[in-house]
Amino acid sequence: MTYIPHSPKERDAMLATIGVKNLEDLFKDIPAKHRFPDLDLPPALTEMEAAAELAGYADANETTQSFVSFLGAGAYNHYIPAAIDHILRRGEFYTAYTPYQPEISQGTLQAIFEYQSMMTLLTGMEVSNASHYDGATAVAEAANMAYAQFRGKRTRMVISPTVNPQYRETLRTYTQGMGLTLAGDDTRANLDGGPETIEKLIDENTALVIVQYPDYFGRIYDYTRLADAVHAAGALFCVTANPTALAILKTPGEMGADIVVGEGQPLGIPLSFGGPYLGFFTTQKKYIHKMAGRLVGETVDNRGQRAFVLTLTAREQHIKRERATSNICSNQGLLALASAVYLSLLGQTGFRQVAELCYHKAHYAAEQISKLKGYHLCFDTPFFHEFSVCCPKPVAEINAHLLEHGILGGYDLGQDYPALKDHMLIAVTEMNTREEIDLLVEILEEVSHD
Amino acid sequence: MNIPANLKYSKTDEWFDPTTGAMGLTDYAQEQLSDIVFVEILLSVGETVKDGQPAASVESVKAAAETYTAVSGKVSEINEALADSPEILNSDPFGAGWMVKIEGGDASGLMDADKYEKYCAERSH
Repeated sequence: MTYIPHSPKERDAMLATIGVKNLEDLFKDIPAKHRFPDLDLPPALTEMEAAAELAGYADANETTQSFVSFLGAGAYNHYIPAAIDHILRRGEFYTAYTPYQPEISQGTLQAIFEYQSMMTLLTGMEVSNASHYDGATAVAEAANMAYAQFRGKRTRMVISPTVNPQYRETLRTYTQGMGLTLAGDDTRANLDGGPETIEKLIDENTALVIVQYPDYFGRIYDYTRLADAVHAAGALFCVTANPTALAILKTPGEMGADIVVGEGQPLGIPLSFGGPYLGFFTTQKKYIHKMAGRLVGETVDNRGQRAFVLTLTAREQHIKRERATSNICSNQGLLALASAVYLSLLGQTGFRQVAELCYHKAHYAAEQISKLKGYHLCFDTPFFHEFSVCCPKPVAEINAHLLEHGILGGYDLGQDYPALKDHMLIAVTEMNTREEIDLLVEILEEVSHD
Repeated sequence: MNIPANLKYSKTDEWFDPTTGAMGLTDYAQEQLSDIVFVEILLSVGETVKDGQPAASVESVKAAAETYTAVSGKVSEINEALADSPEILNSDPFGAGWMVKIEGGDASGLMDADKYEKYCAERSH
């Protein structure tokens, strides 16, 4: 069986139709010397040799399996039940795309529908789309949605400097050329202030206000008052949230958020050196036509049986073209499935337990570290499973020392915030045992004496 | 297909009523679009418009379309009911399905019912 879809006859017919003699003529605008460059490739390897070489490359990577990790800053080391991978690898699911004749794949659509239902429960919103690439792009799509909602007439967006720096960077990339002003995107701003500092940046031209929950430094704020202020100015309010935290915290929906997005990686998705991850996107029903992405709905077929459909597709870019909210409707089908399986396996009680373990272990670690001479917690605001520590030495130096003891230390905040030099962001999850936390504390103390 | 004789028609399938200033989508257009699920009026009351500018965004189960202003003038009224019941555009395109009212519109550049009927017939082949 040939995998080349066009026969020579068909190809000749196509060439004749466009008036080209042969295939080579199609490439004549490319200078000859660039057409078939010599590739400097080593001699071919046998399968056995190639496997050995690839295994060697893989061994050069260090993973969280060989280290104790206290690194978070947007991606978190959680336990992933084995059943998730087993389900993901089923041939019926093992494709990243919603098929373009979607209703033939009822299983895929049902999985997405269940995912959507769980995300709306977690965030306290009414609708969820089928997902985006990752947390950063989900934030950027919120900006696209707000821009479309005001038909481009409001040109200011406010983003808190305590939103993940990578999300802010992605937002800048997505919105360049749209004529928008991004306010608040300043890492030199006062980081001690809470939501009140954001409130001052809102004006009548503001389309959207974006904050993070818990924020990048792990702090928890109730954004209810801020949401009211945003709405008083007629703007939309977007919260990017950690889904694990939502298991025990007040939902952004209860605070009055119009859009709740976030990184779905903590929900059963491996760290995998930064991706592929999962961006979740939820909003209120009244904004559904301005929401980007695919949407699965429940219906009944012509025999009255429960069935699933891709719904309201006319708002998507393949139909609405340049008038669509976003030019992206790809979703992370496989990873949305992973998070749906994760949440189903854990159930409400199990998921809550994960969040509680994270919370208590992080608070134990914070308490122990704050007792050490030279170290103290940077903020006294309540936190979830991540907190910022002011260190007596450069973070890189401390981390090098921790690494020698098999510990991946926290994130060096000075990289993103000049004012937070020697500040370490430490994440603790259910994966960290008390012994590991005690070891971390012991070595931190040791380093401060050196 | 219904084409009321008292109305004027544009090439982009809008109707305009010179007596009331109302305009909307023709029966021909709603039938082409099939079930309409969403309408967003892009104009506001008091706005001065030029003919041919986007007036509304319409989405059906299979397509998305833009409705354009049939005449130039000043927007005097908007049909707020459409946002909650877009299906009115299918059931009563020339009545309850009016979209906006435009004051001071000059209909002389538009087609009459006979001409519009021929225009639709030409396209259905």
